[in-house]
Amino acid sequence: MTLQDKFMWFFGAIACLLVIASVVGRVLARRATSESASATILNLNQRVNAWWGMVVVFFVSYQLGGNATVVLFSFISLFALREFITLTPTRRGDHNALFSAFFILIPLQYLLIGDHWYSMFTLLIPVYAFLLLPAVAVLSQDTDAFMERIAKIQWGVMICIYCISHAPALLLLDLEGFKGQNALLLFYLMFVVQISDVLQYVFGKLWGKRKVAPLVSPSKTVEGLVGGGLAATLVGGCMYWMTPFNFWQSLLMSLVIVVMGFLGGLVMSAIKRSLSAKDWGTMIKGHGGMLDRMDSVCFAAPIFFHLTRYFFSA
Amino acid sequence: MWISNALIAVLRLLIGVTARWESPPDLSRQRIYFANHTSHMDTLAIIAALPPEARINVKPVAAADYWGKNRFLSYVSQKGLNAVLIERNPSAGSNVLEPIFDVVKAGHSIIFFPEGTRSAQALPGEFKSGLYRLGQQFSEVDLVPVYLENLHRSMPKGKHVPLPILCTIRIGNPLEKIGGEEKQAFLIRAREAIVRLSP
Repeated sequence: MTLQDKFMWFFGAIACLLVIASVVGRVLARRATSESASATILNLNQRVNAWWGMVVVFFVSYQLGGNATVVLFSFISLFALREFITLTPTRRGDHNALFSAFFILIPLQYLLIGDHWYSMFTLLIPVYAFLLLPAVAVLSQDTDAFMERIAKIQWGVMICIYCISHAPALLLLDLEGFKGQNALLLFYLMFVVQISDVLQYVFGKLWGKRKVAPLVSPSKTVEGLVGGGLAATLVGGCMYWMTPFNFWQSLLMSLVIVVMGFLGGLVMSAIKRSLSAKDWGTMIKGHGGMLDRMDSVCFAAPIFFHLTRYFFSA
Repeated sequence: MWISNALIAVLRLLIGVTARWESPPDLSRQRIYFANHTSHMDTLAIIAALPPEARINVKPVAAADYWGKNRFLSYVSQKGLNAVLIERNPSAGSNVLEPIFDVVKAGHSIIFFPEGTRSAQALPGEFKSGLYRLGQQFSEVDLVPVYLENLHRSMPKGKHVPLPILCTIRIGNPLEKIGGEEKQAFLIRAREAIVRLSP
């Protein structure tokens, strides 16, 4: 198959899935009788509609080329960090550090990807930003809870910029026998993460009984996690044709993505709770905020990136 | 109009500006919106939170010493935001509120910051008497409290670049009218109406 064929198969399959989901949603909406069922199905349909939007955005960005994808993710980082900082208490003394995070670090990190400068891309935030953000903040001379404040900003920057940027960074890998097809790998990652979320949700709704961590995330169940997670792993394995992996390698990679995605969802949920919020935002109807949709990607992308780079580099 | 539309678009991209109404408003009535004041974006944020059909008739009150400082600011405030400028330090014997009385008399709704200046805290400080005098003069006009959430975090006093932090504009129900209320009691009650809207 050529790149174009794989690409069309991939988006064709997603479009089919979404058509089925939309039809099922319509039918269920008509048949819903109780109020709570109606609410669940309304939310389901909002989610499906949001999926359509997301698929269109990714489709268009692919058609526009690699730089458009990098720009798209820089905006995802901006919206994610905006939600993170909105819920995190900040003070006047944090203004300059936050200014640097929003208006210097985000553009710089994504310019480094666009420029294919790998070493600087991996160092910018863990080394330079880690040291310079507190240095900028300290000049405001506000020592009240200084360490907590700066740690929160560093966490936000790490999750929302560094981790998310590893998804489009897949475009700068030089992989064995996979030249010019890296965009497919990005879609593979995004698809496995998201289908895992969806399948865990579906399995949980249908068969979920025992809660995994009721104090952190009341909606996650063992049945959903195991059933949905394994199903997503299998789906990911079967998509090896659009990756540089064979079936078994793809299966293992998908398992890693699913596990990291699950852990990401859990950790981000705990952070959300510690900030006493239910959703990160209201940007994506039915899903909550940008970070509610990206929480699994935050954890899965960097690990997937490094495993792929380590084992499959040309 | 295009100036305010462009400014509102930029503001939405940056700080979201979600409006939360305590109950569905009766926008056919003339209203005086009064809010806590923490940043230079406050006026624009309230305009952005109002439905487009309600914006046309609304005139924000702005300080002439800032918004009339140079030709650019004066053009943006008067042509773009439809503002009415007042002198905060008037010459002896003149009435600061005179220009506001004129536009309210002409039937406009207004946006008014009763503290008279920006404060560094989220919650408003003590109100000046202007709101009381407006209420006395125009008893048929609704006084509507507005709480601007997070704007002091996005652009605190003395900082020049707004941060992308999501801001919410909480618009309350009109103040109840109490006949013969003392000035001080009224001002405290009006301030409380804003504080009550804060989360």
